[in-house]
Amino acid sequence: MAKSIDVSDLDIYYGDFLAVEGVSMTIRARSVTALIGPSGCGKSTFLRSLNRMHEVIPGARVDGKIVIDGQNMYDADVDPVQVRRSVGMVFQRPNPFPTMSIYENVLAGNRLNSKRMPKSEADSIVEKSLKGANLWEEVKNRLNKPGSSLSGGQQQRLCIARAIAVEPQVLLMDEPCSALDPISTSAIEDLIHDLKSDYTIVIVTHNMQQAARVSEDTGFFNLAGAGKPGRLVEMNPTSKIFSNPDEPSTEAYISGRFG
Amino acid sequence: MTVTEAAPKPPAPVRRTGDVVFSGLARAAGITILVALAGVAVFLTIEGFPAVTAPASAMGGKSGIVLYVWPLLFGTLLAALLAMIIATPLAIGVALVISHFAPRKLSRTLGYLIDLLAAVPSVVYGLWGINFLAPRMVGLYEWLEENLGFLPFFTGPASSTGRTILTASLVLAVMALPIITAITREIFAQTPVLHQEAALALGATRWEMIRMTVFPYGRSGMVSATMLGLGRALGETMAVAMVLSATGVISFNLISSTNPSTIAANIALQFGEASGLKVNVLIFSGLVLFVVTFIVNFLGRAIAGRGYKGESR
Repeated sequence: MAKSIDVSDLDIYYGDFLAVEGVSMTIRARSVTALIGPSGCGKSTFLRSLNRMHEVIPGARVDGKIVIDGQNMYDADVDPVQVRRSVGMVFQRPNPFPTMSIYENVLAGNRLNSKRMPKSEADSIVEKSLKGANLWEEVKNRLNKPGSSLSGGQQQRLCIARAIAVEPQVLLMDEPCSALDPISTSAIEDLIHDLKSDYTIVIVTHNMQQAARVSEDTGFFNLAGAGKPGRLVEMNPTSKIFSNPDEPSTEAYISGRFG
Repeated sequence: MTVTEAAPKPPAPVRRTGDVVFSGLARAAGITILVALAGVAVFLTIEGFPAVTAPASAMGGKSGIVLYVWPLLFGTLLAALLAMIIATPLAIGVALVISHFAPRKLSRTLGYLIDLLAAVPSVVYGLWGINFLAPRMVGLYEWLEENLGFLPFFTGPASSTGRTILTASLVLAVMALPIITAITREIFAQTPVLHQEAALALGATRWEMIRMTVFPYGRSGMVSATMLGLGRALGETMAVAMVLSATGVISFNLISSTNPSTIAANIALQFGEASGLKVNVLIFSGLVLFVVTFIVNFLGRAIAGRGYKGESR
């Protein structure tokens, strides 16, 4: 079910404002691709364009193509709701639904996709997803407690369980650890390692060590200049980016000499 | 050590004159409201009390104050509840359009227009009810009698003027619409973006997202908004007094020409010619209305204040 993503000549606009310009990249299936770069360089915007979540903001639109499995997601006849069902997303701050139990949170996406499912099937989805998110052992005895009763790191893993419960082709993560402590961060990173055998994962991170630890490929985004749109400066295997990058500005950013 | 303890008293904390004056003014305003409220309650109780033992002649032939007030209270509650049944779904729909569906420019205009409804004097609503709405409702009432006459609400005979309790409730619904819309749209607009995005990212449609996040978040707000609207509908006087052709019966028949009156409308219509104990009787009915409205508003505020418990549970 994991699919590769081909992005070509993608421009992203908010109204008349060009936020991200000319991104072309190939994201490999069953691997982790990290996007790094300074704040405001458009990496989160780009990530959100991968499942058309940026369209939630009025006036946002894109030019260019994003092809998953031979289908351009921005073709006129493609329903953004369908795109989001096949490209899951995990956000910066954990956002379980506060009025739902842990159990119902995991099933939230499945409840949307199918009208009725037998209890046994629901149980097995919940168990499988929570195990997939390394959360099962911690919550199996309190599935009916509200999702908000968990710690921040557990909530984030609950959100990952919720995202993988619908078996998406791609999993997008927008700085999933930036609101978490180091122990929870390490738990999520371990989880990302486990998940990449089944999913194509794209992760935005501010933490370069994290990018180096979890990803196979890394894309470095930067602004072309003050007031100019963000662009993809370099995309290479992570080991190359962090040892011998092609672009001097990538090296400047990674070595902390960024200005 | 004792030496340091004997040091001079620390200087008085710095207090700005402006702050002192402002806090005094704010406190005075708050106390004034409480005093006014207590004053009204005391007045109603003292002036209304003689009505408990008033003779039938002071109560339009009714042999007890309860028999006098109950039909009025019934009419008040019936009209207000009907108004809420009509207004609440409409108001929530409008609020959703404003907060989640309409483009920003349109939603702002729509918001202003709805707020403007609250600024129309109730006499104007009364005139509109009598001269515009009531005659146009006659056809509908005849249709209801013919086709749904088996329901107790529509047994007829249909009023030929259209000035029924249902018409009055429609007018009340329009009058209560702005307050319910204003509160619910504020609550809806405050739904955390985080949760809305979570739902959308799971592949929820706009409506599914609203059901998953906006409604659970706004539930207490919707209830309290309805309560406040109910408070408005309960106490509304002029529009009902003008529109309703009241005979003081207790009836669930919504479309006939014999309708229960409401407390407020009854006071407005009778007070001019009342004297002596009749005044006390009317004031007593006012006390009943005061208590009912107070309870409804209190409940509305209490539910609103309890707010959104999801996060803390």
